[in-house]
Amino acid sequence: MRRTMAAKRNDTDHRARMKILLIEDDREAADYLERALGETGHTVHVARDGDSGFTLADGGDYDVLVVDRMLPRRDGLSVVAGLRARGNDTPVLILSALGEVDDRVTGLRAGGDDYLTKPYAFSELLARIEVLNRRAASREVETVYRVGDLELDRLSHSVRRAGQDIVLQPREFRLLEYLMRHAGQVVTRTMLLENVWDYHFDPQTNVIDVHVSRLRGKIEKGFDKPILHTVRGAGYMLKAG
Amino acid sequence: MRKLAAIMKTTAARLSALYLLLFGACAIVLVIYMTSVSVRMIATQTREAVNEEALRLGRAYDRGGIPALVRLMEQQARQPGANLYLIADPNGRLLAGNVESLAPGVLDTRGWTTRPFAYERYGEAAAPGPTTHTAMAQIITLPNQMILLVGRDLGEPERFRRVIQRALIFALGFMALGAFLIWYFVGRTALRRIDSVSEASARIMGGDLTGRLPVTGAGDEFDRLSENLNTMLGRISALNDGLKQVSDNIAHDLKTPLTRLRNRAEEALSRKSGTKAYREALEATIAESDQLIRTFNAILMISRLEAGYSAEATGEIDLAAIVNDVCELYEPAAEEARVAIRSKIVDTPTINGNRELVAQALSNVVDNAIKYSAEHDEHPEVLVTLARREDEVQLVVVDNGPGIPPEDRQRAMERFVRLEASRTQPGSGLGLSLASAVMKFHGGRLELADGDAGLAVSMVFPAGKASS
Repeated sequence: MRRTMAAKRNDTDHRARMKILLIEDDREAADYLERALGETGHTVHVARDGDSGFTLADGGDYDVLVVDRMLPRRDGLSVVAGLRARGNDTPVLILSALGEVDDRVTGLRAGGDDYLTKPYAFSELLARIEVLNRRAASREVETVYRVGDLELDRLSHSVRRAGQDIVLQPREFRLLEYLMRHAGQVVTRTMLLENVWDYHFDPQTNVIDVHVSRLRGKIEKGFDKPILHTVRGAGYMLKAG
Repeated sequence: MRKLAAIMKTTAARLSALYLLLFGACAIVLVIYMTSVSVRMIATQTREAVNEEALRLGRAYDRGGIPALVRLMEQQARQPGANLYLIADPNGRLLAGNVESLAPGVLDTRGWTTRPFAYERYGEAAAPGPTTHTAMAQIITLPNQMILLVGRDLGEPERFRRVIQRALIFALGFMALGAFLIWYFVGRTALRRIDSVSEASARIMGGDLTGRLPVTGAGDEFDRLSENLNTMLGRISALNDGLKQVSDNIAHDLKTPLTRLRNRAEEALSRKSGTKAYREALEATIAESDQLIRTFNAILMISRLEAGYSAEATGEIDLAAIVNDVCELYEPAAEEARVAIRSKIVDTPTINGNRELVAQALSNVVDNAIKYSAEHDEHPEVLVTLARREDEVQLVVVDNGPGIPPEDRQRAMERFVRLEASRTQPGSGLGLSLASAVMKFHGGRLELADGDAGLAVSMVFPAGKASS
């Protein structure tokens, strides 16, 4: 019942309100995230240890879980694995102070959907949470993405804007595909590198920006309205109008 | 007393005391054994001598009766250290011999006396000093019912016992001396060296990290111990220096952006400007913070790499694919900087490693190459070559930028080192050091050399299984 209402709201408001469970024992970090996420319009519940986090996550109907890896009583990975074992498939973003390369792998193997290493920028965390939101994930199954007058056909690999064919390189196509799948959501540079190039490191300079501006040149040149927007300090957003 | 307790705490004193106790006990057991054996031997000898004497006297009696017996007796009695001789009538009255008086009841027994008895030698009563002696004797009845006693004074075994006692005291004295010498030498030499080691370590613990333990050159256990500890200290101090260097560099390199961050925020606050200016200031602040986070992450990553990753993070990776990916990733950025980026894949080797790390290292190197080539006026160019050389795989990135002078190359790979020429370029100064750490993690190395025009950075991997 609640979900259908939320889904309806989602049609009009791209930044859907989410019910987020934050499992984090560091009081300061938890307070900051609770306030910051609250200000962006999301409802945040906080659990301060693994046990109570598991109970809340198991009983509550959350859109996204943000789980710190190192927690008192029960560690984050065990909480996620426990939830998955009970058939709970709420998207999970794992936070970690550990930055080892294989940590990401073990984190994702335990059932996490995304992984972020501390210290992180809040804009990065917010963008990732919003992309994880399970109500937005339904676009995975669509074969044709439409944003305003821009249309991308995933089967025929063709892109059209206002009925006009646009020729893209394979990488540009994948870049646009990802941006369109998450239309209306902020997508950060690291998210693009991870999802379009499948690398998980931090690009030193503006490599991603140049790829995006090339793509922008192709899909905006000759059209009046900008469609691929730069969100300063955060990343990019594909949005009509 | 406390001083003694302190001395007893030293190993040397304990060793000496143990030595004294052990050898003293041995000496005492030995002396007791020898004494008892000797005393028994002397007793046997005494008996045999007395028996023989009694036989001789018996023979004299057989030959010439009492007179012959008395004559022989008197002759024998005059000799120094003579036996005891006595003839008594059946009633126990002393008739002849060199015995003045006897403990009562001795003459009632026959054969060997069961225990030593007291007696007085003839003519000794007037002499000064103790006159009673003890003796063992054989008593026989002659055929004419007279009683004959032949005995031997026990003074001799008594003297022997005293000699042994003196010897024992002497031996114990010697052992005490030995114990002292052991204490002295062990304490002065061996243990003094242990003390010097512990003193040196106390000094080092006190903060003098450059201090080292003494090595005498004798090549003994102590030297080996000191050498190992010195190696350990060297390693610790190298790590410590590294840590100090890093924290100094962090302090130095992060101070500037942090100060800038703060000043910008302050300036934005003080200026009574509109929302737009505030917004711009905040966005710049965020961008600066992101760069700081990036720098921190790079520092963390380098430290983790240097501390060593688990082998779990590695697997077979396709270097050619990584080269293509990175070149493709950088191509638009290079083009924007008017730099032509080309890749030349001679071999397609597979190595054991971590795809993410290698890609990151290569992208750092390529990023640098593009930055520095762009300074070159005509036709800036970056060439990435992947080739196998004997048992190594070389991934070489050549640019035609200004290059790095040979004397600065080693430093360029150190953390935070940004050569003067590059101070104006953006970046954390961690790119090459991160690449170098990644290469070390892969058992390889990062080499800086002269390219045709600019710098050639080689990422050298040990070749895995031959698969090209």
